[in-house]
Amino acid sequence: MSIDMEQFHQVFFEESFEGLEVMEAGLLRMDGGAVDDEEINAIFRAAHSIKGGSGTFGFTEVADFTHVMETLLDEMRDGRRPVTPNTVQVLLRSVDVLREMLTATREGASPDPEQVRIQQAELESVLASPGTAPPEASVDAAPESREQAPEAAGWHIVFRPHPHMMRTGNDPLRIIRELAELGDLQVTGDVSLLPPFSEFDPEECYLSWDLHLDAPVDRARIDEIFDWVEDDCDLAIMPVMIDAPREEAPGPDQSRLSAVSPPAERRVGERRSPEPRRRQERRSGQASPSSSIRVDIGKIDALINMVGELVITQSMLSLLGDDFHMGQLGRLRDGLAQLDRHTRELQESVMQIRMLPISFTFSRFPRLVHDLGAKLGKKIELKMTGENTEVDKTVIEKIGDPLVHLVRNSLDHGLEMPEERIAAGKPETGTVELNAYHKGGNIVIEIRDDGRGLDRDRILAKALERGLVQEDHNLTDRQIHELIFQPGFSTAEQVSDVSGRGVGMDVVRRNINELGGSIEIESEPGQGSAIIIRLPLTLAILDGQTVAVGDETYIVPLISIVESIQVRREMIHLVAGRGETIRLRDDYLPVIRLHEVFGIENPRATDLVDGLLVVVEGEGGQFGILVDDLIGQQQVVIKSLEANYQRVEGISGATILGDGSVALILDIPGVLRLAAGAGDVDQLQQSA
Amino acid sequence: MNAESTIARNHQDTGGAEYLSFRLGDEGYGVDILKVQEIRGWEPVTRVPNAPDYVRGVLNLRGAIVPVFDLRRRLGMEPVAYGKETVVIVVRVQGEEESKSIGLVVDAVSDVMRVTSDSIRATPEFGARLDTGLITGMVTAGERMVMLLDVEGLHQAQAADPATEVGAA
Amino acid sequence: MASILAVDDSASMRQMVAFTLKGAGYDVIEAADGVEALNIAKSKGVNLVITDVNMPNMDGISLIKQLRALPSYRFTPLLMLTTESGQDKKQQGKAAGATGWIVKPFNPDQLLNTVKKVLG
Repeated sequence: MSIDMEQFHQVFFEESFEGLEVMEAGLLRMDGGAVDDEEINAIFRAAHSIKGGSGTFGFTEVADFTHVMETLLDEMRDGRRPVTPNTVQVLLRSVDVLREMLTATREGASPDPEQVRIQQAELESVLASPGTAPPEASVDAAPESREQAPEAAGWHIVFRPHPHMMRTGNDPLRIIRELAELGDLQVTGDVSLLPPFSEFDPEECYLSWDLHLDAPVDRARIDEIFDWVEDDCDLAIMPVMIDAPREEAPGPDQSRLSAVSPPAERRVGERRSPEPRRRQERRSGQASPSSSIRVDIGKIDALINMVGELVITQSMLSLLGDDFHMGQLGRLRDGLAQLDRHTRELQESVMQIRMLPISFTFSRFPRLVHDLGAKLGKKIELKMTGENTEVDKTVIEKIGDPLVHLVRNSLDHGLEMPEERIAAGKPETGTVELNAYHKGGNIVIEIRDDGRGLDRDRILAKALERGLVQEDHNLTDRQIHELIFQPGFSTAEQVSDVSGRGVGMDVVRRNINELGGSIEIESEPGQGSAIIIRLPLTLAILDGQTVAVGDETYIVPLISIVESIQVRREMIHLVAGRGETIRLRDDYLPVIRLHEVFGIENPRATDLVDGLLVVVEGEGGQFGILVDDLIGQQQVVIKSLEANYQRVEGISGATILGDGSVALILDIPGVLRLAAGAGDVDQLQQSA
Repeated sequence: MNAESTIARNHQDTGGAEYLSFRLGDEGYGVDILKVQEIRGWEPVTRVPNAPDYVRGVLNLRGAIVPVFDLRRRLGMEPVAYGKETVVIVVRVQGEEESKSIGLVVDAVSDVMRVTSDSIRATPEFGARLDTGLITGMVTAGERMVMLLDVEGLHQAQAADPATEVGAA
Repeated sequence: MASILAVDDSASMRQMVAFTLKGAGYDVIEAADGVEALNIAKSKGVNLVITDVNMPNMDGISLIKQLRALPSYRFTPLLMLTTESGQDKKQQGKAAGATGWIVKPFNPDQLLNTVKKVLG
């Protein structure tokens, strides 16, 4: 039977990478001093599975390497080897190498042999260090090495099962049948041990056999057959040389059993299932490895239920439509309401499929903090909460790098050296917290540290130096924080290889904006700082406020909207150099007239008091967008403008409204840039 | 499917192809029929802010957002009011990475004509009136002159058009 | 056709085992650990159990011990998937009542041959 093993590769790689995560997380916890049996077991199991799978799927190098790791872990698990920081470090490095091996293997490449050799040598040297059992023989001692020249013309076997043998699920007859497959077998049964009938236990085995196999097979073949039962029977295997007289089996009460003929060959093995071929075709049709997603079966079941409901509603409605009269209007309304509900639920369930826990992203941080802390000579404790908060798969994929950058920043610039912390009366160990939670249809990710906080003076000095602000500007904290996001801004006095330079916070913000999210900073000098990132739960659907300007309709993302207000005349203030502003509580908000930045004809409201002001949170603060009217709030499916056209400044995408027409979705930072560029809002960055 | 492969084969065997011809004013134009996705009547589209004047907007083509270009304006001709005969030819063009759909507003569709490669002549100079870079050649069909349109160029040129960069500073 | 319970915490191994055996016409039920396997085995009779040794919640050895203690599994073949280095595991398995083992790595043909033998 030929089975295409490749079809299991993807699952193997997926679970192996998951296994590596488990190993890494566990090792890091052990590094912290926590040694818990179940922890080591879990790490061992992960290594064991990777070894088993890679061996089975023919990735010998991976299997060999993992075998050494497994041996070490096995000793740790059995308590034969103490868990030392050094051992943990070696294993962590091995996890890295193994990850690279698996990555290379998945891409059809060969792992770097030198790196593998070095790491394997390091593992082996740990294994060879004293206080441990000698390493076991290498796995590549394949069974065939036991092959030896046939020395016998046949075999004489005395096989006396212990009474309990059948209770291990082994059947003496099966063994005899297997022997018979090797060649001509003469079987003599020995019933001398049968007890009197009254003491007979049908579950015990009282028979024994004397077997003559007339086939010049290897001893190994015979051993193999008895492999499972060698402890459950008395066994003697003696070679029969050519011309040697055939011994008669001993024992007085012999009765001959007929020779067992080999069972009729079963054909099942040759029955080819059509599945491997079909899968192969499907795979070869894909040029590149498709991005796949593992979905909890519960989510699929929910989806199927939902579709079932939908089908019922649909058939009910179509029945109603077959013979409709006005008397059924109530039922039609009920049916449509039901359809509406089911469609919405179905949409939610489908969206659920794309949701993954943020732990996929968070899981890399224990290692990162551990390594970086060691490198910087800082003592750092990482606390993570809300790892199970679910977020869209695309967000998971794209938020990783910005988060890494932010965490590195916290470690590098935020947290102080231990002596500095002690001098400041703080605990020696600094804390970095990663929190994720849902709030109002968004996911919030916070990175908090208890470090020194943002250095206002240094930021300001840098900004002056770079000409980002004028000397006499009296900036609020918020405006100071905003400076960090300016392109090219970097406060690290020394360029460290930790935070690097060049890709700065401006890139982080851009990445987050591209995901439809926002970022802000809170900081308390000497107490620490927090970066708060807000992201939409999904990138496929957006909660939007539909607004009208002239004859046109736009969608404003609800995530950006602070409030919508009717402007009264007394709220309008003309500020020199900043144009028209709206006084809202204690703030003066700049105003953007959407019809001006978008060139919309015939707006109903040109005067601020005639329209509505949508107050939005943008880069650098709040501002107001003047529209004619608010139409309503709705969830919209985001469509790309770039698929067939191109990026349009101020527009993040499009959606199709209920009437089939297209409405464009505002990109708030883009609108702001447009307005600033058009001189509509002067110096908006500073004035906000 | 069959029709397409027949055309494609003709393309190679005889060095010819079928073109969908259409009118802009008095002039005849042709576009490779293999690039034509569909033809639809003019319907109002959603305007795209700060786009070049030839971009009429975007429409919903079975769930995809497709830009619609006024071909007259795109080629530097005088615009006219749209009427009953105005149609949108949706063409599929090869972009830099993937193919894109674009709608082209033309005065009216004429017919499908067969063009052999040896009948295609080089584009004469039109002076400054027409962007001749988008015309790959001309053929004579009976009494008429038909200019063959380079739809790929149509798309690539618009990406580089400085007008689309308005406000992007 | 005989039914086989395949127990492994590794999805790829489980799929490979299940796919191979299904291809040969066996009914295959999959379980990801000993606890799940034991519940399945109790609720429906199977003709053969193939289990991995190292698994969370309940390992293969404990599973075999528990199964063997069930009246309906006294004579059922119980095979474990083990690695060559696991000599002591084989002993533990035998002591727990395992019928035998299949040594990892194995290929589908080896698996099928073994299963055919055990199920006669």
